[in-house]
Amino acid sequence: MSTQPEQLAEPGTLRQQHQREPAPVAAAPGRRLEALTPYLFLAPYLLLFTVFVLVPAIYGFWISLHSWDFLLPAKPFVGFQNYTSLFTEGSLTGFNFWQSMRATWTFVAYSVPLLLVIPLLVALVLNRSFPGRTVFRAIYFAPYVLGVAVIGILFRFLLDTNIGLLNSFLGALGIDRIAWLSEIPWVWVSLVGATVWWTLGFNAIIYLAGLQDIGRDQYEAAEVDGANAWNKFWHITIPGLRPVLVLVTTITILASANMFGQSLLISQGAPGNATRTAIMYIAEEGLGSFRMGNAAAMSYLLMLFLIATSLAVFAFFRRWED
Amino acid sequence: MSVRRDQTAVAPSQHADPQPAGGGKRVGKAVLTYVLLIALSVIFIAPLLWMLSTSLKSQQAATQSTINVIPEEVNTTAYETITRPGTDTPVMRWFLNSMVAATAHAVLVVVVCAPAAYALARLEFKGKRLLYAVILATLFIPPIIFLMPNFDIVSRLGWLDTLFALIIPPAAGAFGVFFLRQFFSGLPVELEEAARVDGAKTWQTFMRVIVPLSKPALSTLLLLAFLTNWNDFLWPVYVLFSPERLTLPPGLSRLQGAYTINYPVIMAGGVIASIPVLALYVFAQRYIIEGVSRSGIKG
Repeated sequence: MSTQPEQLAEPGTLRQQHQREPAPVAAAPGRRLEALTPYLFLAPYLLLFTVFVLVPAIYGFWISLHSWDFLLPAKPFVGFQNYTSLFTEGSLTGFNFWQSMRATWTFVAYSVPLLLVIPLLVALVLNRSFPGRTVFRAIYFAPYVLGVAVIGILFRFLLDTNIGLLNSFLGALGIDRIAWLSEIPWVWVSLVGATVWWTLGFNAIIYLAGLQDIGRDQYEAAEVDGANAWNKFWHITIPGLRPVLVLVTTITILASANMFGQSLLISQGAPGNATRTAIMYIAEEGLGSFRMGNAAAMSYLLMLFLIATSLAVFAFFRRWED
Repeated sequence: MSVRRDQTAVAPSQHADPQPAGGGKRVGKAVLTYVLLIALSVIFIAPLLWMLSTSLKSQQAATQSTINVIPEEVNTTAYETITRPGTDTPVMRWFLNSMVAATAHAVLVVVVCAPAAYALARLEFKGKRLLYAVILATLFIPPIIFLMPNFDIVSRLGWLDTLFALIIPPAAGAFGVFFLRQFFSGLPVELEEAARVDGAKTWQTFMRVIVPLSKPALSTLLLLAFLTNWNDFLWPVYVLFSPERLTLPPGLSRLQGAYTINYPVIMAGGVIASIPVLALYVFAQRYIIEGVSRSGIKG
């Protein structure tokens, strides 16, 4: 926000630079080139966008209609069989897929509420002016700049049943060892806890930007009317945060639904395949076992679920507005 | 709730509170708030310190159940293990690969997205609205959709098991264009008009007026693209295979597989993967936090 005005404050130097350019002679080829200019500006990006975004979005669907083994030359067309087999009783792929969808759903259901509420509380504290505010903000955000691979190996160590730091602490308090990595429900506590630790700062930062957009004068007016803290929170802060809440809710749900690295590195899907998420199963099926047709079909099905969820979120917030 | 009440106490209207008793209460609350803030900071910092500390212990020392934050004696076996020539887990090689990939990717993103974003923000051409709508819409497609088809495309290009697979396809994402278009749209039009009156061509206006004005936004995007690429996990796990071709994130996964409970070695890998991004964060914290809060991206 504050980066912009600083840089705008020096237009003098810029004027000098371009004043040196001579006035152009309006030649016809130059004109034609000018008409092409927007497309030339776009060309490099559009090339990448077409090859790696537009084409794959459709090509993926094409793959899902085939029995597509990456290693086999023959990739017969099978219509919607890769989809219908997911709904067929007794199909192993179908069983594994829905088990992984259940794991994803469980993770979303546990992690999203925590990732909506805790960062909001942190943001409310950080929104006040007090010495050291930016230092605390920087500390809470820090884990987010680390990748999921570091978070994964670190938490697998911290939560190790025998030599992990957490069980050592609990042992000092006289609490028995807990199998954080292999027992339901502890393994969910581990995955959710690691994720909250990792991304709390991210959501807090987004909330904080939203809080700063709510005018001081609104609070002052409410105080004149005798509003207490709770009134102000409920009638000014929450409505003022509405657009930010929609954004945070949506991206948190989508991020949690895309969970992969934590399960792969922390719980490794254990116990059994109970914490193997949909993304983890789809990736294994498609790029581990090379049954890419199946995997592509699953990814489109997952997308349908995510679209439905996002629409539900928007509907919820719209209803709330009325 | 108590938090909110505190806020009114530091707000400009605080002189409205005449009772001296409120002052003592306020100090008490301030102390409580700091205690909570510091406790939370410990929760965030301690695991990172533990990672560093463990990486400097012998495997035996790391297995003891006593909690020694400062190792009794500094032991560099873990680092020697992963830097030994001929190892299957050449962490420094992965570091180099990650550095090359993330740097090249970040530069590519900025160079390719900036002109495109400028065209979408300022230039007039047929189909502009539709094109921008299509680009934006792809931001909402879950990344898993692209995994199978892009694996196939990258394999046809001969990029499997090469850093090209990490540098180029991810640069096609809509985020950079979206981020920069927002910024360019917010710049005052007058400067470009002045340049045009002075006879500058569109490209010259872009290079000499817009780019210098946009340095903060361009560097923020550069940083975010670097961080995203450095941390990218799912894609490199599947497109890179050879031990000497990996980047750090899939490498750490291999390290975990190879050393299972030899945690000093695994933590040493974690330390090496964390140092560059944490250093970058310390120096460019404001850019990173502001960039993230302005755009709301999530890894």
